[in-house]
Amino acid sequence: MVLCPAILLTILLAGCASETRVEAAVKPEAKRKPAADFALKDLNGSTVKLSDYRGKVVLLNFWATWCGPCKLEIPWFIEFEQNYKDRGFAVLGVAMDDEGWEVVKPYLAARKINYRVVVGNDGVAQQFGGVDSLPTTFIIDRDGRIASTHVGLAGRRDYENEIKQLLEGNQRAAR
Amino acid sequence: MRRGSFLFAVIALAAWGQGSAVLSIAPVQKVQAKRNDTVPVTIKAQLRDGFHVNSNKPNDEYLIPIRLTWDAAPLQVEEVVYPKPDTVKSTFSEKPLSVYSGTFDLVSKLKVPANATAGPVLATGKLRYQACNDRMCLPPKTLEIPLTVYVQ
Repeated sequence: MVLCPAILLTILLAGCASETRVEAAVKPEAKRKPAADFALKDLNGSTVKLSDYRGKVVLLNFWATWCGPCKLEIPWFIEFEQNYKDRGFAVLGVAMDDEGWEVVKPYLAARKINYRVVVGNDGVAQQFGGVDSLPTTFIIDRDGRIASTHVGLAGRRDYENEIKQLLEGNQRAAR
Repeated sequence: MRRGSFLFAVIALAAWGQGSAVLSIAPVQKVQAKRNDTVPVTIKAQLRDGFHVNSNKPNDEYLIPIRLTWDAAPLQVEEVVYPKPDTVKSTFSEKPLSVYSGTFDLVSKLKVPANATAGPVLATGKLRYQACNDRMCLPPKTLEIPLTVYVQ
């Protein structure tokens, strides 16, 4: 009986700690490192450079069609693109499928993905630290610096909090 | 000597289970066969705790199946028998996943032709797999499995 309040308190504190971790996921500006630039082709064959997104908050998501946890995140990213694109936000997907557009193109169509997707390669993955696991997602600030990194499936609310924090925290660059 | 052998066995077993790869293969046993024989070769695979690989018949067209192939000439590959998969519900898939986890055996049936030359035949198995846990997936990998079949 004595243990019960202690257990409850522990659970409560664990919950608070988790929330704190979410808030702390966005690095202070001084600690952010520049995201490497790359040039990759999108579905239409157009070259997409990460530097083209300077001035926007970017959710850069490395994923693959064979990755189950990646599939779970896609509907969230579709909503983020819809809800925040007018505030200077964009999702950019980097598909890491070896087969390239042959498998990625029908996958995008089936899921009605509304954000831009490029097909990646090992060179680009290396520029971002190797990207050994998928999904790996970087939230990039308006100045092209990595504000947070998520390896593996993250929480929808975690992503959204970070996006909002970056959109609201740096209005000057949006002008 | 006995203690040394025991220690070696313990280290070997530990290395099999604790290697850096998510999937590891136990050393394949020596295989002896006569001409016209079909010999079963068992590959013992072990996955790191928490990880799974898709079975040879995943429930989603985009998932990468486990596949064992052999470059074994002049031996003929009659069949590769995959174990019965586990059916696992997942938060990221409407259909249950068809997967292997823990330890599992893949059995290849290799036939020695009637005109095979006596002596060792070197074969190489290639095991392609793609592993995930409930939070992330790793890129597909191919493990090479060396095998020597002594034809008598």
